[in-house]
Amino acid sequence: MKYMLMMHAPRTGWETAGIATWPMDDIKAHIGFMKQFAGELQASGELVGAEGLASPEHARIVRAGRNGGPEVTDGPFAEAKEFLAGYWIVDVPATERAYAIAARASAAPGKGGVPLNMPIEVREVMSAPPAEA
Amino acid sequence: MTLDTLQHLLRDAAPQVLGAIVRRYGDFAAAEDAVQEAMIAAAAQWPRDGLPANPRGWLFQVAVRRMTDHVRSESARRKREALAFADVPFGLQVTPHTDLDAAAVGDDTLILLFMCSHPALTRPSAIALTLRAVGGLTTAEIARAFLVPESTMAQRISRAKATIKTSGIPFAMPSAAERDARLDAVLHVLYLMFNEGYASSSGTDVHRTDLSNEAIRLARVVHALLPGDPEVGGLLALMRLTDARRLARTGPDGELIPLDEQDRSLWDRRAIDEGLALTRAVLAHGAVGPYQLQAAIAALHDEATSTDTTDWPQIATLYGLLGLMSDNPMVELNRAIAVAMVDGPPAGLALLDALEADGRLAGHYRLTAVRAHLLERAGQPAAAMDLYRAAAARTTSVAERNYLIMKAARLSPNDEARSAGRE
Repeated sequence: MKYMLMMHAPRTGWETAGIATWPMDDIKAHIGFMKQFAGELQASGELVGAEGLASPEHARIVRAGRNGGPEVTDGPFAEAKEFLAGYWIVDVPATERAYAIAARASAAPGKGGVPLNMPIEVREVMSAPPAEA
Repeated sequence: MTLDTLQHLLRDAAPQVLGAIVRRYGDFAAAEDAVQEAMIAAAAQWPRDGLPANPRGWLFQVAVRRMTDHVRSESARRKREALAFADVPFGLQVTPHTDLDAAAVGDDTLILLFMCSHPALTRPSAIALTLRAVGGLTTAEIARAFLVPESTMAQRISRAKATIKTSGIPFAMPSAAERDARLDAVLHVLYLMFNEGYASSSGTDVHRTDLSNEAIRLARVVHALLPGDPEVGGLLALMRLTDARRLARTGPDGELIPLDEQDRSLWDRRAIDEGLALTRAVLAHGAVGPYQLQAAIAALHDEATSTDTTDWPQIATLYGLLGLMSDNPMVELNRAIAVAMVDGPPAGLALLDALEADGRLAGHYRLTAVRAHLLERAGQPAAAMDLYRAAAARTTSVAERNYLIMKAARLSPNDEARSAGRE
Protein backbone atom coordinates (compact mmCIF):
# COMPACT_ATOMS: atom_id res chain seq x y z
CA MET A 1 0.00 0.00 0.00
CA LYS A 2 1.24 3.42 -0.86
CA TYR A 3 0.77 6.44 1.32
CA MET A 4 1.49 10.08 0.82
CA LEU A 5 2.83 11.77 3.93
CA MET A 6 2.32 15.50 3.68
CA MET A 7 4.22 17.90 5.87
CA HIS A 8 2.35 21.12 6.61
CA ALA A 9 4.03 24.25 7.85
CA PRO A 10 2.53 27.44 9.23
CA ARG A 11 2.01 29.94 6.44
CA THR A 12 3.12 33.02 8.31
CA GLY A 13 6.47 33.78 9.79
CA TRP A 14 8.80 31.78 7.58
CA GLU A 15 11.37 34.55 7.77
CA THR A 16 10.57 35.68 11.28
CA ALA A 17 9.76 32.48 13.18
CA GLY A 18 10.61 29.51 10.96
CA ILE A 19 13.79 27.50 10.59
CA ALA A 20 15.56 30.58 9.19
CA THR A 21 15.60 32.08 12.68
CA TRP A 22 16.89 29.06 14.60
CA PRO A 23 20.39 28.91 16.01
CA MET A 24 22.97 27.31 13.76
CA ASP A 25 23.30 24.03 15.67
CA ASP A 26 19.54 23.50 15.62
CA ILE A 27 19.38 24.11 11.88
CA LYS A 28 22.20 21.63 11.37
CA ALA A 29 20.50 19.05 13.56
CA HIS A 30 17.25 19.44 11.63
CA ILE A 31 18.91 19.13 8.22
CA GLY A 32 20.94 16.14 9.42
CA PHE A 33 17.80 14.46 10.70
CA MET A 34 15.93 14.93 7.43
CA LYS A 35 18.84 13.55 5.45
CA GLN A 36 19.16 10.54 7.70
CA PHE A 37 15.40 9.96 7.65
CA ALA A 38 15.37 9.91 3.84
CA GLY A 39 18.37 7.59 3.83
CA GLU A 40 16.63 5.15 6.18
CA LEU A 41 13.48 5.03 4.06
CA GLN A 42 15.57 4.45 0.99
CA ALA A 43 17.58 1.70 2.67
CA SER A 44 14.45 -0.07 3.91
CA GLY A 45 13.03 -0.07 0.39
CA GLU A 46 9.96 1.86 1.45
CA LEU A 47 10.66 5.20 -0.21
CA VAL A 48 8.81 5.79 -3.47
CA GLY A 49 9.47 9.50 -3.75
CA ALA A 50 9.93 12.65 -1.74
CA GLU A 51 10.13 16.30 -2.61
CA GLY A 52 10.46 19.54 -0.71
CA LEU A 53 8.44 22.39 -2.14
CA ALA A 54 9.71 25.93 -2.66
CA SER A 55 8.27 28.62 -0.42
CA PRO A 56 4.62 29.60 -0.96
CA GLU A 57 5.86 32.93 -2.26
CA HIS A 58 6.38 31.09 -5.56
CA ALA A 59 2.92 29.50 -5.50
CA ARG A 60 0.29 30.50 -8.03
CA ILE A 61 -3.28 29.38 -8.58
CA VAL A 62 -4.14 28.62 -12.18
CA ARG A 63 -7.58 28.30 -13.70
CA ALA A 64 -8.51 27.87 -17.32
CA GLY A 65 -9.55 31.21 -18.74
CA ARG A 66 -12.31 31.74 -21.28
CA ASN A 67 -10.17 30.59 -24.21
CA GLY A 68 -8.75 27.65 -22.28
CA GLY A 69 -5.47 29.43 -21.62
CA PRO A 70 -4.06 29.80 -18.13
CA GLU A 71 -5.43 32.49 -15.84
CA VAL A 72 -2.86 32.90 -13.11
CA THR A 73 -3.42 34.45 -9.68
CA ASP A 74 -1.29 34.53 -6.56
CA GLY A 75 -1.89 31.60 -4.31
CA PRO A 76 -2.51 29.59 -2.30
CA PHE A 77 -5.71 30.97 -0.89
CA ALA A 78 -4.91 33.86 1.38
CA GLU A 79 -7.03 32.51 4.23
CA ALA A 80 -5.06 29.24 4.42
CA LYS A 81 -3.05 29.10 7.65
CA GLU A 82 -0.77 26.29 6.58
CA PHE A 83 0.92 25.32 3.39
CA LEU A 84 2.31 22.09 2.03
CA ALA A 85 6.05 22.19 2.62
CA GLY A 86 6.92 18.80 1.22
CA TYR A 87 5.87 15.20 0.98
CA TRP A 88 7.06 11.61 1.04
CA ILE A 89 5.40 8.70 -0.73
CA VAL A 90 6.11 5.38 0.95
CA ASP A 91 5.19 1.83 0.01
CA VAL A 92 4.49 -0.17 3.17
CA PRO A 93 2.73 -3.42 4.06
CA ALA A 94 0.33 -1.87 6.58
CA THR A 95 -1.22 1.44 7.58
CA GLU A 96 0.43 1.19 10.99
CA ARG A 97 3.84 1.37 9.36
CA ALA A 98 2.84 4.53 7.47
CA TYR A 99 1.73 6.05 10.78
CA ALA A 100 5.02 5.09 12.41
CA ILE A 101 6.99 6.75 9.61
CA ALA A 102 4.79 9.84 9.84
CA ALA A 103 5.37 10.03 13.59
CA ARG A 104 9.10 9.92 13.07
CA ALA A 105 8.91 12.74 10.53
CA SER A 106 6.69 14.73 12.89
CA ALA A 107 9.30 14.45 15.64
CA ALA A 108 12.02 16.13 13.54
CA PRO A 109 14.12 18.28 15.88
CA GLY A 110 13.28 21.98 15.98
CA LYS A 111 14.56 24.95 17.91
CA GLY A 112 16.62 23.88 20.89
CA GLY A 113 16.41 20.27 19.68
CA VAL A 114 12.77 20.06 20.84
CA PRO A 115 10.69 17.83 18.54
CA LEU A 116 8.63 19.98 16.19
CA ASN A 117 5.57 17.77 16.37
CA MET A 118 4.57 18.96 12.91
CA PRO A 119 1.22 17.77 11.64
CA ILE A 120 1.77 15.09 8.98
CA GLU A 121 -1.24 14.30 6.87
CA VAL A 122 -1.30 10.63 5.88
CA ARG A 123 -3.33 9.75 2.79
CA GLU A 124 -3.54 6.44 1.02
CA VAL A 125 -2.66 6.55 -2.67
CA MET A 126 -5.31 4.97 -4.87
CA SER A 127 -4.24 1.72 -6.44
CA ALA A 128 -5.22 -0.74 -9.15
CA PRO A 129 -8.41 -2.76 -8.66
CA PRO A 130 -7.95 -6.09 -6.86
CA ALA A 131 -7.15 -9.05 -9.10
CA GLU A 132 -10.22 -11.09 -10.02
CA ALA A 133 -10.40 -14.48 -8.41
CA MET B 1 36.57 -7.49 -17.03
CA THR B 2 35.38 -4.99 -14.45
CA LEU B 3 32.04 -3.23 -14.79
CA ASP B 4 33.96 -0.01 -15.23
CA THR B 5 35.99 -1.29 -18.17
CA LEU B 6 32.84 -2.64 -19.75
CA GLN B 7 31.09 0.69 -19.38
CA HIS B 8 34.00 2.61 -20.85
CA LEU B 9 34.18 0.26 -23.79
CA LEU B 10 30.47 0.49 -24.49
CA ARG B 11 30.31 4.25 -24.12
CA ASP B 12 33.28 4.85 -26.36
CA ALA B 13 31.85 2.54 -28.97
CA ALA B 14 28.28 3.90 -28.86
CA PRO B 15 28.61 6.94 -31.17
CA GLN B 16 30.97 5.09 -33.50
CA VAL B 17 28.62 2.19 -34.04
CA LEU B 18 25.58 4.45 -34.23
CA GLY B 19 27.27 6.64 -36.84
CA ALA B 20 28.09 3.63 -38.96
CA ILE B 21 24.51 2.30 -38.72
CA VAL B 22 22.95 5.66 -39.57
CA ARG B 23 25.28 5.96 -42.58
CA ARG B 24 24.19 2.56 -43.79
CA TYR B 25 20.43 2.83 -43.18
CA GLY B 26 19.70 6.54 -42.94
CA ASP B 27 16.98 6.19 -40.32
CA PHE B 28 18.44 7.88 -37.24
CA ALA B 29 15.56 7.08 -34.88
CA ALA B 30 15.50 3.38 -35.70
CA ALA B 31 19.30 3.16 -35.77
CA GLU B 32 19.48 4.73 -32.34
CA ASP B 33 17.04 2.12 -30.96
CA ALA B 34 19.00 -0.69 -32.63
CA VAL B 35 22.30 0.46 -31.11
CA GLN B 36 20.70 0.88 -27.70
CA GLU B 37 19.45 -2.72 -27.92
CA ALA B 38 22.89 -3.91 -28.97
CA MET B 39 24.43 -2.12 -26.00
CA ILE B 40 21.96 -3.69 -23.59
CA ALA B 41 22.66 -7.11 -25.11
CA ALA B 42 26.41 -6.51 -24.71
CA ALA B 43 26.02 -5.43 -21.09
CA ALA B 44 24.25 -8.73 -20.40
CA GLN B 45 26.42 -11.07 -22.50
CA TRP B 46 29.98 -9.82 -22.30
CA PRO B 47 30.44 -10.18 -18.53
CA ARG B 48 29.10 -13.74 -18.84
CA ASP B 49 30.71 -14.95 -22.09
CA GLY B 50 33.81 -12.79 -22.14
CA LEU B 51 34.76 -9.90 -24.35
CA PRO B 52 34.41 -10.55 -28.10
CA ALA B 53 37.60 -10.23 -30.17
CA ASN B 54 36.25 -7.11 -31.87
CA PRO B 55 33.77 -5.45 -29.49
CA ARG B 56 32.81 -2.65 -31.88
CA GLY B 57 32.32 -5.13 -34.71
CA TRP B 58 30.14 -7.24 -32.40
CA LEU B 59 27.97 -4.26 -31.48
CA PHE B 60 27.75 -3.29 -35.13
CA GLN B 61 26.65 -6.79 -36.17
CA VAL B 62 23.99 -7.01 -33.48
CA ALA B 63 22.70 -3.53 -34.32
CA VAL B 64 22.59 -4.45 -38.01
CA ARG B 65 20.54 -7.53 -37.17
CA ARG B 66 18.11 -5.36 -35.20
CA MET B 67 17.94 -2.90 -38.08
CA THR B 68 17.26 -5.73 -40.49
CA ASP B 69 14.39 -6.93 -38.30
CA HIS B 70 13.12 -3.39 -38.11
CA VAL B 71 13.30 -2.84 -41.87
CA ARG B 72 11.57 -6.19 -42.49
CA SER B 73 8.74 -5.47 -40.12
CA GLU B 74 8.44 -1.96 -41.52
CA SER B 75 8.21 -3.34 -45.05
CA ALA B 76 5.71 -5.94 -43.96
CA ARG B 77 3.64 -3.20 -42.39
CA ARG B 78 3.87 -1.12 -45.52
CA LYS B 79 2.92 -4.08 -47.70
CA ARG B 80 -0.08 -4.64 -45.50
CA GLU B 81 -1.01 -1.04 -45.94
CA ALA B 82 -0.52 -1.46 -49.68
CA LEU B 83 1.89 1.42 -49.82
CA ALA B 84 4.70 1.67 -52.26
CA PHE B 85 8.05 1.13 -50.66
CA ALA B 86 11.55 1.05 -51.88
CA ASP B 87 13.48 -2.09 -51.21
CA VAL B 88 16.15 -1.45 -48.66
CA PRO B 89 19.41 -3.32 -48.82
CA PHE B 90 19.50 -5.54 -45.77
CA GLY B 91 23.21 -5.30 -45.29
CA LEU B 92 23.75 -9.02 -44.98
CA GLN B 93 27.34 -8.75 -46.13
CA VAL B 94 28.37 -6.54 -43.34
CA THR B 95 31.92 -5.23 -43.30
CA PRO B 96 32.41 -3.51 -39.99
CA HIS B 97 36.03 -2.73 -40.77
CA THR B 98 35.18 -0.33 -43.55
CA ASP B 99 32.03 0.92 -41.82
CA LEU B 100 34.01 1.66 -38.69
CA ASP B 101 37.16 3.17 -40.19
CA ALA B 102 38.83 5.76 -38.02
CA ALA B 103 38.29 8.94 -40.05
CA ALA B 104 34.60 8.31 -40.66
CA VAL B 105 34.12 7.46 -36.98
CA GLY B 106 35.43 10.84 -35.79
CA ASP B 107 33.22 12.72 -38.21
CA ASP B 108 30.24 10.58 -37.27
CA THR B 109 30.62 11.40 -33.60
CA LEU B 110 30.67 15.11 -34.41
CA ILE B 111 27.68 14.82 -36.72
CA LEU B 112 25.76 12.96 -34.02
CA LEU B 113 26.59 15.70 -31.51
CA PHE B 114 25.41 18.36 -33.95
CA MET B 115 22.22 16.41 -34.52
CA CYS B 116 21.46 15.90 -30.84
CA SER B 117 21.98 19.61 -30.09
CA HIS B 118 19.82 20.74 -32.97
CA PRO B 119 18.02 24.05 -32.31
CA ALA B 120 14.66 22.37 -33.03
CA LEU B 121 15.05 20.47 -29.73
CA THR B 122 14.51 21.91 -26.26
CA ARG B 123 17.68 21.93 -24.17
CA PRO B 124 16.51 19.18 -21.76
CA SER B 125 15.64 16.97 -24.76
CA ALA B 126 18.99 17.73 -26.37
CA ILE B 127 20.82 16.75 -23.18
CA ALA B 128 18.88 13.51 -22.82
CA LEU B 129 19.35 12.55 -26.46
CA THR B 130 23.07 13.39 -26.37
CA LEU B 131 23.50 11.19 -23.30
CA ARG B 132 21.83 8.27 -25.04
CA ALA B 133 23.00 8.56 -28.64
CA VAL B 134 26.52 9.87 -28.07
CA GLY B 135 27.13 9.01 -24.43
CA GLY B 136 25.80 5.47 -24.72
CA LEU B 137 23.85 5.69 -21.46
CA THR B 138 20.69 3.65 -21.09
CA THR B 139 17.33 5.35 -20.70
CA ALA B 140 17.18 4.00 -17.14
CA GLU B 141 20.52 5.64 -16.27
CA ILE B 142 19.49 8.95 -17.79
CA ALA B 143 16.14 8.85 -15.97
CA ARG B 144 17.94 8.24 -12.68
CA ALA B 145 20.29 11.15 -13.26
CA PHE B 146 17.36 13.49 -13.91
CA LEU B 147 15.24 12.04 -11.09
CA VAL B 148 12.30 11.27 -13.36
CA PRO B 149 10.54 7.94 -14.03
CA GLU B 150 12.08 5.85 -16.79
CA SER B 151 8.91 5.91 -18.89
CA THR B 152 8.97 9.72 -18.81
CA MET B 153 12.55 9.80 -20.01
CA ALA B 154 11.85 7.20 -22.70
CA GLN B 155 9.03 9.38 -23.97
CA ARG B 156 11.19 12.51 -23.91
CA ILE B 157 13.86 10.77 -25.97
CA SER B 158 11.46 9.32 -28.50
CA ARG B 159 9.79 12.72 -28.94
CA ALA B 160 13.19 14.27 -29.49
CA LYS B 161 13.92 11.70 -32.16
CA ALA B 162 10.54 12.33 -33.78
CA THR B 163 11.38 16.05 -33.87
CA ILE B 164 14.62 15.28 -35.65
CA LYS B 165 12.80 13.05 -38.11
CA THR B 166 10.09 15.58 -38.99
CA SER B 167 12.49 18.49 -39.27
CA GLY B 168 14.42 16.47 -41.85
CA ILE B 169 17.86 17.19 -40.43
CA PRO B 170 20.27 15.31 -42.68
CA PHE B 171 22.96 13.07 -41.21
CA ALA B 172 25.74 15.22 -42.56
CA MET B 173 28.31 17.74 -41.44
CA PRO B 174 26.72 21.21 -41.28
CA SER B 175 27.96 23.71 -43.85
CA ALA B 176 30.95 25.82 -42.89
CA ALA B 177 28.66 28.84 -42.47
CA GLU B 178 26.40 26.95 -40.07
CA ARG B 179 29.09 25.05 -38.25
CA ASP B 180 30.13 27.64 -35.66
CA ALA B 181 26.59 28.25 -34.48
CA ARG B 182 25.95 24.52 -34.29
CA LEU B 183 29.16 23.92 -32.36
CA ASP B 184 28.08 26.64 -29.91
CA ALA B 185 24.86 24.69 -29.36
CA VAL B 186 26.80 21.45 -28.75
CA LEU B 187 29.07 23.17 -26.22
CA HIS B 188 26.10 24.76 -24.50
CA VAL B 189 24.38 21.37 -24.17
CA LEU B 190 27.54 19.87 -22.64
CA TYR B 191 27.88 22.89 -20.35
CA LEU B 192 24.28 22.49 -19.13
CA MET B 193 24.80 18.74 -18.71
CA PHE B 194 27.81 19.44 -16.54
CA ASN B 195 25.97 22.02 -14.44
CA GLU B 196 22.96 19.78 -14.02
CA GLY B 197 25.28 17.27 -12.43
CA TYR B 198 27.43 19.76 -10.55
CA ALA B 199 24.91 22.24 -9.24
CA SER B 200 21.87 19.97 -9.43
CA SER B 201 18.93 22.14 -10.35
CA SER B 202 16.44 19.82 -8.68
CA GLY B 203 16.25 17.36 -5.85
CA THR B 204 18.14 17.36 -2.62
CA ASP B 205 21.50 15.95 -3.73
CA VAL B 206 24.00 18.63 -4.56
CA HIS B 207 26.00 16.48 -6.93
CA ARG B 208 24.88 14.04 -9.52
CA THR B 209 28.37 13.26 -10.54
CA ASP B 210 27.41 10.81 -13.25
CA LEU B 211 26.11 13.74 -15.31
CA SER B 212 29.20 15.90 -14.69
CA ASN B 213 31.51 13.02 -15.45
CA GLU B 214 29.69 12.23 -18.65
CA ALA B 215 29.80 15.88 -19.71
CA ILE B 216 33.56 15.92 -19.08
CA ARG B 217 34.02 12.71 -21.02
CA LEU B 218 32.06 14.04 -23.99
CA ALA B 219 33.90 17.39 -23.87
CA ARG B 220 37.11 15.37 -24.02
CA VAL B 221 35.82 13.56 -27.09
CA VAL B 222 34.98 16.86 -28.82
CA HIS B 223 38.34 18.30 -27.80
CA ALA B 224 40.14 15.29 -29.29
CA LEU B 225 38.19 15.74 -32.53
CA LEU B 226 38.66 19.52 -32.68
CA PRO B 227 41.96 20.14 -30.87
CA GLY B 228 42.41 23.51 -32.58
CA ASP B 229 39.15 25.04 -31.34
CA PRO B 230 39.98 27.19 -28.29
CA GLU B 231 36.39 27.33 -27.00
CA VAL B 232 36.18 23.52 -26.89
CA GLY B 233 39.43 23.44 -24.92
CA GLY B 234 38.10 26.29 -22.78
CA LEU B 235 34.94 24.39 -21.92
CA LEU B 236 36.87 21.25 -21.02
CA ALA B 237 39.24 23.32 -18.88
CA LEU B 238 36.32 25.06 -17.16
CA MET B 239 34.71 21.71 -16.34
CA ARG B 240 37.92 20.24 -14.96
CA LEU B 241 38.77 23.33 -12.89
CA THR B 242 35.24 23.48 -11.46
CA ASP B 243 34.90 19.76 -10.86
CA ALA B 244 38.28 19.78 -9.07
CA ARG B 245 36.58 21.56 -6.13
CA ARG B 246 33.68 19.12 -5.91
CA LEU B 247 34.71 17.26 -2.75
CA ALA B 248 35.35 20.49 -0.85
CA ARG B 249 32.09 22.07 -1.96
CA THR B 250 29.76 20.20 0.38
CA GLY B 251 29.83 19.24 4.04
CA PRO B 252 28.79 16.00 5.70
CA ASP B 253 25.08 16.86 5.58
CA GLY B 254 25.20 17.94 1.95
CA GLU B 255 25.39 21.61 2.90
CA LEU B 256 27.13 23.96 0.49
CA ILE B 257 30.51 25.29 1.53
CA PRO B 258 31.46 28.57 -0.17
CA LEU B 259 34.82 29.03 -1.84
CA ASP B 260 36.27 31.11 1.00
CA GLU B 261 35.55 28.36 3.56
CA GLN B 262 36.54 25.33 1.53
CA ASP B 263 39.33 23.03 2.67
CA ARG B 264 41.56 23.53 -0.35
CA SER B 265 43.58 20.42 0.43
CA LEU B 266 40.52 18.47 -0.75
CA TRP B 267 40.79 19.99 -4.22
CA ASP B 268 41.78 17.53 -6.92
CA ARG B 269 45.33 18.54 -7.87
CA ARG B 270 45.42 16.42 -10.99
CA ALA B 271 42.23 17.94 -12.35
CA ILE B 272 43.55 21.43 -11.57
CA ASP B 273 46.85 20.78 -13.31
CA GLU B 274 45.08 19.47 -16.39
CA GLY B 275 42.68 22.43 -16.35
CA LEU B 276 45.51 24.95 -15.94
CA ALA B 277 47.51 23.43 -18.79
CA LEU B 278 44.45 23.48 -21.04
CA THR B 279 43.63 27.07 -20.09
CA ARG B 280 47.16 28.23 -20.87
CA ALA B 281 47.11 26.42 -24.19
CA VAL B 282 43.80 27.89 -25.33
CA LEU B 283 44.53 31.43 -24.14
CA ALA B 284 47.78 31.38 -26.11
CA HIS B 285 45.62 30.81 -29.15
CA GLY B 286 44.34 34.38 -29.20
CA ALA B 287 40.66 34.00 -30.15
CA VAL B 288 39.15 34.49 -26.70
CA GLY B 289 35.59 33.29 -26.05
CA PRO B 290 33.26 33.02 -23.05
CA TYR B 291 34.26 29.47 -22.01
CA GLN B 292 37.93 30.39 -22.06
CA LEU B 293 37.24 33.45 -19.91
CA GLN B 294 35.29 31.38 -17.41
CA ALA B 295 38.08 28.82 -17.40
CA ALA B 296 40.60 31.59 -16.77
CA ILE B 297 38.52 32.81 -13.80
CA ALA B 298 38.22 29.27 -12.41
CA ALA B 299 41.98 28.88 -12.90
CA LEU B 300 42.70 31.98 -10.81
CA HIS B 301 40.58 30.57 -7.99
CA ASP B 302 42.17 27.14 -8.22
CA GLU B 303 45.70 28.53 -8.21
CA ALA B 304 45.17 30.57 -5.04
CA THR B 305 45.83 29.16 -1.59
CA SER B 306 43.06 31.28 -0.04
CA THR B 307 40.57 34.03 -0.93
CA ASP B 308 43.06 36.53 0.50
CA THR B 309 45.74 35.57 -1.99
CA THR B 310 43.34 35.29 -4.93
CA ASP B 311 44.00 37.61 -7.85
CA TRP B 312 40.70 39.52 -7.54
CA PRO B 313 41.69 42.45 -9.80
CA GLN B 314 42.31 40.00 -12.61
CA ILE B 315 39.03 38.20 -11.90
CA ALA B 316 37.11 41.51 -11.95
CA THR B 317 38.72 42.34 -15.31
CA LEU B 318 37.83 38.93 -16.75
CA TYR B 319 34.20 39.27 -15.62
CA GLY B 320 34.18 42.69 -17.26
CA LEU B 321 35.33 41.13 -20.56
CA LEU B 322 32.80 38.33 -20.20
CA GLY B 323 30.06 40.91 -19.63
CA LEU B 324 31.00 42.62 -22.90
CA MET B 325 30.52 39.31 -24.70
CA SER B 326 27.30 38.08 -23.20
CA ASP B 327 25.33 40.94 -21.58
CA ASN B 328 24.22 38.55 -18.87
CA PRO B 329 23.29 40.24 -15.57
CA MET B 330 24.61 37.19 -13.65
CA VAL B 331 28.08 38.01 -14.96
CA GLU B 332 27.77 41.55 -13.63
CA LEU B 333 26.66 40.11 -10.29
CA ASN B 334 29.84 38.05 -10.12
CA ARG B 335 31.87 41.08 -11.14
CA ALA B 336 30.34 42.99 -8.22
CA ILE B 337 31.70 40.34 -5.81
CA ALA B 338 35.19 40.60 -7.33
CA VAL B 339 35.09 44.41 -7.32
CA ALA B 340 34.08 44.34 -3.66
CA MET B 341 37.15 42.22 -2.95
CA VAL B 342 39.38 44.74 -4.72
CA ASP B 343 37.86 48.12 -3.83
CA GLY B 344 35.83 47.21 -0.76
CA PRO B 345 32.14 46.36 -0.19
CA PRO B 346 30.75 49.87 -0.98
CA ALA B 347 32.09 49.63 -4.55
CA GLY B 348 30.42 46.24 -4.97
CA LEU B 349 27.17 47.49 -3.45
CA ALA B 350 27.12 50.39 -5.91
CA LEU B 351 27.25 47.87 -8.76
CA LEU B 352 24.37 45.96 -7.17
CA ASP B 353 22.29 49.16 -7.09
CA ALA B 354 22.87 49.53 -10.81
CA LEU B 355 21.82 45.90 -11.34
CA GLU B 356 18.68 46.45 -9.27
CA ALA B 357 17.83 49.45 -11.47
CA ASP B 358 18.50 47.36 -14.58
CA GLY B 359 15.53 45.24 -13.54
CA ARG B 360 16.42 41.90 -15.14
CA LEU B 361 17.46 40.41 -11.80
CA ALA B 362 14.84 42.24 -9.75
CA GLY B 363 13.67 40.01 -6.92
CA HIS B 364 16.13 37.26 -7.86
CA TYR B 365 17.41 35.53 -4.75
CA ARG B 366 21.02 35.66 -5.91
CA LEU B 367 21.01 39.43 -6.10
CA THR B 368 19.61 39.48 -2.55
CA ALA B 369 22.14 36.91 -1.35
CA VAL B 370 25.10 38.82 -2.79
CA ARG B 371 23.84 42.04 -1.22
CA ALA B 372 23.59 40.22 2.11
CA HIS B 373 27.15 38.98 1.69
CA LEU B 374 28.52 42.45 0.91
CA LEU B 375 26.57 44.06 3.77
CA GLU B 376 28.00 41.44 6.10
CA ARG B 377 31.48 42.32 4.94
CA ALA B 378 30.66 46.01 5.31
CA GLY B 379 29.91 45.42 8.99
CA GLN B 380 26.10 45.54 8.87
CA PRO B 381 25.16 42.14 10.31
CA ALA B 382 21.52 42.94 11.10
CA ALA B 383 20.71 44.06 7.55
CA ALA B 384 22.72 41.16 6.15
CA MET B 385 20.84 38.64 8.30
CA ASP B 386 17.44 39.87 7.08
CA LEU B 387 18.55 39.66 3.46
CA TYR B 388 20.02 36.17 3.87
CA ARG B 389 16.63 35.06 5.18
CA ALA B 390 14.79 36.81 2.38
CA ALA B 391 17.07 35.12 -0.17
CA ALA B 392 16.57 31.74 1.56
CA ALA B 393 12.80 32.13 1.25
CA ARG B 394 13.16 32.72 -2.47
CA THR B 395 15.66 30.12 -3.68
CA THR B 396 14.26 26.89 -5.06
CA SER B 397 17.34 24.84 -4.24
CA VAL B 398 17.29 22.98 -0.95
CA ALA B 399 21.08 23.05 -0.59
CA GLU B 400 21.18 26.76 -1.24
CA ARG B 401 18.31 27.46 1.13
CA ASN B 402 20.08 25.56 3.88
CA TYR B 403 23.28 27.46 3.18
CA LEU B 404 21.52 30.83 3.33
CA ILE B 405 19.62 30.14 6.56
CA MET B 406 22.88 29.05 8.16
CA LYS B 407 24.54 32.28 7.01
CA ALA B 408 21.67 34.15 8.68
CA ALA B 409 21.94 32.02 11.83
CA ARG B 410 25.62 32.84 12.11
CA LEU B 411 24.78 36.55 12.22
CA SER B 412 21.95 36.20 14.68
CA PRO B 413 22.70 37.87 18.04
CA ASN B 414 20.80 35.02 19.78
CA ASP B 415 23.11 32.50 18.24
CA GLU B 416 26.23 34.29 19.41
CA ALA B 417 24.89 34.55 22.95
CA ARG B 418 23.95 30.91 22.84
CA SER B 419 27.27 29.63 21.62
CA ALA B 420 29.14 31.98 23.95
CA GLY B 421 27.08 30.57 26.84
CA ARG B 422 28.11 27.08 25.93
CA GLU B 423 31.80 27.71 26.03
